[in-house]
Amino acid sequence: MKVSEIIDQLGLKVISGEKGLDRGISGAYVSDLLSDVMGNAREGQIWITLQVHQNVMAIASLKDLAAVILVKDLQANENTIHHSDEEQIPILSTSLSTYEITGKLYALLNKQ
Amino acid sequence: MELNFSIEGGDFTQAGQASSRVKKVLKQLGVDVKCIKSIVIALYEAEVNVVAHAHRGHILIQIEKDRITTTIEDEGPGIPDINLAMQEGFSTASKKVREMGFGAGMGLPNMKKNTDDLQISSVIGKSTIVKMVNYF
Ligand SMILES: Nc1ncnc2c1ncn2[C@@H]1O[C@H](COP(=O)(O)OP(=O)(O)OP(=O)(O)O)[C@@H](O)[C@H]1O
Ligand SMILES: [Mg+2]
Repeated sequence: MKVSEIIDQLGLKVISGEKGLDRGISGAYVSDLLSDVMGNAREGQIWITLQVHQNVMAIASLKDLAAVILVKDLQANENTIHHSDEEQIPILSTSLSTYEITGKLYALLNKQ
Repeated sequence: MELNFSIEGGDFTQAGQASSRVKKVLKQLGVDVKCIKSIVIALYEAEVNVVAHAHRGHILIQIEKDRITTTIEDEGPGIPDINLAMQEGFSTASKKVREMGFGAGMGLPNMKKNTDDLQISSVIGKSTIVKMVNYF
């Protein structure tokens, strides 16, 4: 499944990194601890988090993640958005909590 | 081939720049993808540790035919008990650093897991030197 395909189905907002919307999704990783993501997330995964600063995109890019979903309508910092556009890795946003969006994404990715 | 980078303590906007550059260079050299992933994890953690815990630092990357050697030398508080610092979950990170999602005490364990040889030496109150070797 591509990043663009989950947007409608999960009601996500695209904040930035539109050029990366056709990246393929290999799964997802949920964590707010950056070293945990650095050590354990895998290429092509969607990262669900409440962290909004620039280091999120540094990690997303170093790990070749497919996209980042920010929960609870949290706003990404200006330089996070800039970095997302530059690296062409989308930042998506949801009003849902981590629990709710993770459950929905899990169901969607496992339906295929 | 040699690459040099300097790091300012406290400047989180810079964290990851060396890792990002090294990733690109190793890709161009055609190094095994799995090997690049490991090096990038270890180098990023080392970079962040200087930013989070020290005043300033310098990174020297030496790429040879069969290996990459990374030396990160910083001026800072040093590490009083290296064995303790290596334990997963141990962290002295400030509240501000923790709020950013750093400070889980997973950086040094990540470096250990992702390098073939990791050596740390430190002078308390003065400096820390981290040397990592990965074979391609
Ligand atoms: N360059 C350094 N200078 C001084 N102290 C350091 C340095 N690197 C690590 N330490 C010490 O070792 C501890 C453990 O480091 P480690 O990278 O494992 O975790 P952390 O940086 O606290 O959190 P995380 O890496 O999960 O964000 C640090 O909290 C700090 O006390
Ligand atoms: Mg660390």
